[in-house]
Amino acid sequence: MLSAVVAAAGDPAQLLPARTQMAFTLGIHIVLVPFGVAFVALALIANYRGLRRGDDVALRLAERWSRVAAVLFAVGAVTGTVLSFELGLLWPGLMRRFGQAYGIPFAIEGLFFFLEAIFVAIYIYGWKRMRPWPHFWAGIPVVLAGIGGTLSVIAANSWMNAPAGYTLRHGRVVSVDPMKVIFNGAFWHESIHMLLAAYIVAGFLVGGVYAAAMLRGRRDRYHRVGFLIPFTVAAIAMPFQIVVGDSAARWVFNNEPVKFAAMELIPKTTRDAPETIGGAASQAGEIHGPKITLPGVASLLSGWSTSTRVRGFTSVPPADRPPVTIVHLAWDVMVGLGTALLGLAAWFALLWRRRRDLTRSTWFLRAASVAGMAALVTMWAGWTVTEVGRQPYIVYGVLRTRDAVTRADGVWLSLAVVFVLYTLVAAATFLVLRSMARRWRRADAAGVGDSDVPYGPARVLEANPSSPAATGTR
Amino acid sequence: MSGVAATILFLGVTLYAVLGGADFGAGFWDLTAGGATRGRRPRALIDAALGPVWEANHVWLIFCLVVLWTAFPGAFAAIMDTLYIPLAIAAVGIVARGAGFAFGKVSETLSEQRIYGAAFAVSSVITPFFLGAVAGGIASGRVPAGGGGDPLGSWVNPTSMLGGALAVVVCAYLAAVYLVAEADRLDLPDLEHYFRRRAIAAGIVAGAIAFAGIFVLRDDAPRLFDHLTGIALPLVAVSAVCGLTALTLLCRGASRAGRYLAAAAVAAVVGGWGVAQYPFLLGTHLTLTAAAAPDSTLRVVFAVFVVAAVTCVPSLVYLYVLEQRGQLDSH
Repeated sequence: MLSAVVAAAGDPAQLLPARTQMAFTLGIHIVLVPFGVAFVALALIANYRGLRRGDDVALRLAERWSRVAAVLFAVGAVTGTVLSFELGLLWPGLMRRFGQAYGIPFAIEGLFFFLEAIFVAIYIYGWKRMRPWPHFWAGIPVVLAGIGGTLSVIAANSWMNAPAGYTLRHGRVVSVDPMKVIFNGAFWHESIHMLLAAYIVAGFLVGGVYAAAMLRGRRDRYHRVGFLIPFTVAAIAMPFQIVVGDSAARWVFNNEPVKFAAMELIPKTTRDAPETIGGAASQAGEIHGPKITLPGVASLLSGWSTSTRVRGFTSVPPADRPPVTIVHLAWDVMVGLGTALLGLAAWFALLWRRRRDLTRSTWFLRAASVAGMAALVTMWAGWTVTEVGRQPYIVYGVLRTRDAVTRADGVWLSLAVVFVLYTLVAAATFLVLRSMARRWRRADAAGVGDSDVPYGPARVLEANPSSPAATGTR
Repeated sequence: MSGVAATILFLGVTLYAVLGGADFGAGFWDLTAGGATRGRRPRALIDAALGPVWEANHVWLIFCLVVLWTAFPGAFAAIMDTLYIPLAIAAVGIVARGAGFAFGKVSETLSEQRIYGAAFAVSSVITPFFLGAVAGGIASGRVPAGGGGDPLGSWVNPTSMLGGALAVVVCAYLAAVYLVAEADRLDLPDLEHYFRRRAIAAGIVAGAIAFAGIFVLRDDAPRLFDHLTGIALPLVAVSAVCGLTALTLLCRGASRAGRYLAAAAVAAVVGGWGVAQYPFLLGTHLTLTAAAAPDSTLRVVFAVFVVAAVTCVPSLVYLYVLEQRGQLDSH
């Protein structure tokens, strides 16, 4: 989605690297978001079950999930901080002109993030010494703050699509209506869409780990419960997500017609607009490349009738259009994979109703083990539709991205540095999580608790400084 | 209303310095703890002390950024597109530090711990230095109101270097003082002694740099100097008294009282900076009033602050109390 963003004549040289850096850092951060928002909720479900039914397997899962959440939350916190730096470093023109309006949802988000960071720490570090129920309850604010934080951040993002709640005089914001900024036209469908996406991505990814393990023959109760809790959450969210997504698309049809035309690959304003799967568009509005065309379907889906008039993207000059082909293909990927995931959820429901043993259905487990990756790609594609589809504007219809970008030198250099740093962080995250999983597998095989892992700092401190244990290597 | 927003902003900066600063300082002591064998115990104490609280402390930085860009959007943009080099380096440092710390905590082998530990420790020194340099650039009036200031001179200058050096040393000082108390709480006399010596040394160095800073500021940032020795003098004096008392207490073997005084000394200096800047946000060319967002926005900032005070602050206290009672266990 990046390489094809070709700089138009007259764009500042910083635009391409700045957009690339923003897309890259946001693309990485957004992988961590579902875990920050939903992982503790999944752990709490297991935790509750463990405490209510005296289920040690569920408790063990909950504790381990919260430890994975700790690592991912830390990485999410710092990559999120980078994004807030980037708002100023890459897009000073946006902040200078609209910080007083656009900043409001972020101020509220800061509050939720604060609560989340505090209670995540209590929940993660409270496993051993806190009493079980107070410890469980300390996890609840994390879930609530995760929801509030998502709504706040998406309030800011949706404001970029549907700017409202401010008055301009001589190009300067002179008054702000905070409620209209937050509850802008795109707020509800965008924020609910993202919130559900977070639970779906986290649920399918976590469930997928245990599905893959079951395929390798580890079909014990530990893996079964580890699969069922997250997968069920994601599967339940799936149909709601389709409904919300559908209403989001109709909102875009009504409010961002050029973005909608790009999504549906419709060059000329027409009734009976077809739904096109695949294909690409030229500057002049010719459609080429391999594609499937479903006549009238785009009109039907956007206005319940094939006679619904759909605006084409050639209704505006090329300089006012987003990169049509990218937006369209991203839309196809999102809708296609989203539908497949809905199918998987339906399959899961069917197996469940027939009381079939899921762990014996190899094909289902195969599908389930890749569902997380598919959900992640779906989410990336959805964000591409939203963000690339809004171009060439950073604030739709009001401020162009090229007018908001920094004029500082060295954006390519910072992009290179960020690229190397994030690659290292991603690799390290993967290695660390894999080594944690291996350690737990060893602990289970040996029948010992997780706390018997060596090198824990607490154990170093407990040891007498003169004893051999403390003088060993770190 | 702009004065209220500025007060909230400086409160955030102060809390970040006092709480987040100590976490950076702990990284300084990790970096200087020597080889794997010798540094094992001090590093373990640092790990245990930081684990549950560093993320909550880190949020103060987000708080400052958010308040700055919402309440004073033009100044935020100007600072960002002038001081982009030190800010970008600080951002990289923040990632390396947080990730390094989180990974180091859960990794098993010595080689992994070395790599992550090094990332944590080195970036714990780099980040406060560059944030301090940014503060110096702002305090000495080198950020033009419209942005686009000198990308190098805005932070390669005497006040910025003073700010950077002072930030690193003050962080180290705070961390050492807190770690003395932590070692005392966990009944680890060897580590208490270890960090006490370092706290005293860092306190003396910090005092010396602050003293030398008087002359730096007199030449490089005369307005700031005038106000620090004028209207803000009481705060500077409070800082000096608190700092010296804390040092005396440390020398006499007290373990816990020192940390509040040390924190107060740092808070007074940051507050002094704020008072000395007033009524300007940038140099003498952008006043708080001129830089401020419309009142309706500032009211939201104030409301968020009030809600934070009644929700986050008690939660934070709960977190610290649990930690002090030993209810939070690092794995």
